[in-house]
Amino acid sequence: MSPKTLYDKIWDAHVAHEAEDGTCLLYIDRHLVHEVTSPQAFEGLRMTNRTVRAPDKTIAVPDHNVPTTLDRAKGIENPESRIQVEALDKNAADFGIHYYPVSDVRQGIVHIVGPEQGWTLPGMTVVCGDSHTATHGAFGALAHGIGTSEVEHVLATQTLIQRKGKNMKVEITGKLRPGVTAKDITLSVIGATGTAGGTGYVIEYCGEAIRDLSMEGRMTVCNMAIEGGARAGLIAPDEKTFEYCKGRPHAPKGAQWEAALAWWKTLYSDDDAHWDKVITLKGEDIAPVVTWGTSPEDVLPITANVPAASDFTGGKVDAAQRSLDYMGLTPGTPLSEVEIDTVFIGSCTNGRIEDLRAAAAILKGKKVKDGLRAMIVPGSGLVRAQAEEEGLADIFKEAGFEWRLAGCSMCLAMNPDQLSPGERCAATSNRNFEGRQGRGGRTHLMSPAMAAAAAITGKLTDVREMM
Amino acid sequence: MEKFEKLSGIAAPMPMINIDTDMIIPKQFLKTIKRSGLGVNLFDEMRYGDDGKEIPDFVLNKPQYREAQILIAGDNFGCGSSREHAPWAIKDFGIRCVIAPSFADIFYNNCFKNGILPIALPQEQVDVLMKEAEKGANARVEIDLEAQTVSTSDGEIFAFEVDAFKKHCLLEGLDDIGLTMEKAASIDAFEAKAAQARPWV
Repeated sequence: MSPKTLYDKIWDAHVAHEAEDGTCLLYIDRHLVHEVTSPQAFEGLRMTNRTVRAPDKTIAVPDHNVPTTLDRAKGIENPESRIQVEALDKNAADFGIHYYPVSDVRQGIVHIVGPEQGWTLPGMTVVCGDSHTATHGAFGALAHGIGTSEVEHVLATQTLIQRKGKNMKVEITGKLRPGVTAKDITLSVIGATGTAGGTGYVIEYCGEAIRDLSMEGRMTVCNMAIEGGARAGLIAPDEKTFEYCKGRPHAPKGAQWEAALAWWKTLYSDDDAHWDKVITLKGEDIAPVVTWGTSPEDVLPITANVPAASDFTGGKVDAAQRSLDYMGLTPGTPLSEVEIDTVFIGSCTNGRIEDLRAAAAILKGKKVKDGLRAMIVPGSGLVRAQAEEEGLADIFKEAGFEWRLAGCSMCLAMNPDQLSPGERCAATSNRNFEGRQGRGGRTHLMSPAMAAAAAITGKLTDVREMM
Repeated sequence: MEKFEKLSGIAAPMPMINIDTDMIIPKQFLKTIKRSGLGVNLFDEMRYGDDGKEIPDFVLNKPQYREAQILIAGDNFGCGSSREHAPWAIKDFGIRCVIAPSFADIFYNNCFKNGILPIALPQEQVDVLMKEAEKGANARVEIDLEAQTVSTSDGEIFAFEVDAFKKHCLLEGLDDIGLTMEKAASIDAFEAKAAQARPWV
């Protein structure tokens, strides 16, 4: 048998039909659903008298629109947001799919809830009408975002019409230096490849620095595969993966666990598998980074200066100038002198327990800079409960952070958590696009530890100075 | 789905790289539970000022591009969020074709589900079309999906690639769910086999 990559193996195990021209029907094991990209799909089913083919494999949770303030039990004020969440309540009930409503302690960001509840397992195909579905690739699952028409297609047929993508290997060799995290890895990869470097590929992240990451860290890395253009990023499962999955509510038990484990252990890329593209970074070369512009590829070490448009070539010259104007930055300014107004720690990229522990380690016994707005939004109700049990919530509150309920919150600002025009934010989320966190808002992406450090000093800060 | 066969129309130039789906349709318009009516908010933050008034310099506000049916743009068009509201807004505005050196995968796929043809051409050909588009209503760009060509008013013709299945669906205006349901027997058979091999799924 010819050698295969991990992606090849998962793909081959899920082809339900292949046409002569190579167009395939890929069977979907888990379909995650949230309120923003699904209402039109359910409406489409109703209009055509179709049903959900596999309701047992379909899991829904509202996350984008939900308020994260402590008084959210009183309901959603914005009528459109409320209608969207109510539509999901109704669709979940009408079509009999698994559902975690706003009132459920397990509610949270769909990409945090899936793994937490054991829905996401190695070797699965996972889709969701959300580009950050790549997160689930951390388990050695083939996971990617789809549009609403495809959501409807999966609801109706449990398959997707697909052509196979190409294989790209991203290897991070050696050890990371102190203060460097999974977020710095994933941002540095995007900085190296550009936001279109992964277009048409499925990325497999590998190498010692990736193996050394916890499952939380691996999810952070895979989460941002899409920011590098790749629909999916994945990591071969290992003992850490199996340990994370074991005992989760929807993970297999007993003899089924043993059978699953036996298959999962075959899920790795063969030594002489073919790669269409290979990128290698040395773990020890990666520094704590921040973004300076309005594209996730605009990545620099915190020790660098704001670049000038003339440092770039081609279409990037105009793009860089537009970014500098939008961000209100002057070329040559040390990044560590850029003052911020707001800190946002949370999102499907960095809203897990380990992210909160990293932030708490920096914030312990410290205070948020006077006048700064700082909020921590845990990724799920269970992450929030665990952080309270571990005493992290007390550290955040004593430091002056708002301690919120779970949701997507200021990552995309569909709920009331938004930036004002010109407001500058140190954010642990995934996109620094113009207007992403609020019209005119300025976003600098970084790790939770870096965001915590920025909260203390009131400017972009090298976390290594605080360790 | 609306068929796409031939199109002859005004092309609007947007010479920017990395036009993301947050720019195409900002998040406040994702709260809709319908597919229609988003055209007025296409490129909302670039198109309207804080007071809600049109920004005259923005390309789609210029008199010669208000009826544009084709958009010519820079590399990596449609990157970012998977929101299908982006092609819905483009279509609702009246644009049926986007031409760029490259597209983000999810956006590219979403276009075909909505009767929009995304065409990737080499940078130098996009540069020619960008110049052509700058002539406004004086130059109509022609697209022939069957022949897979883009023609300028000066008679330059560029050939483009498109997946045969996607082309077929667009030419015929086919609903892919219906097509897939014709293969239900294959899906049933796969499901039965997978239930044996991986019962925990």
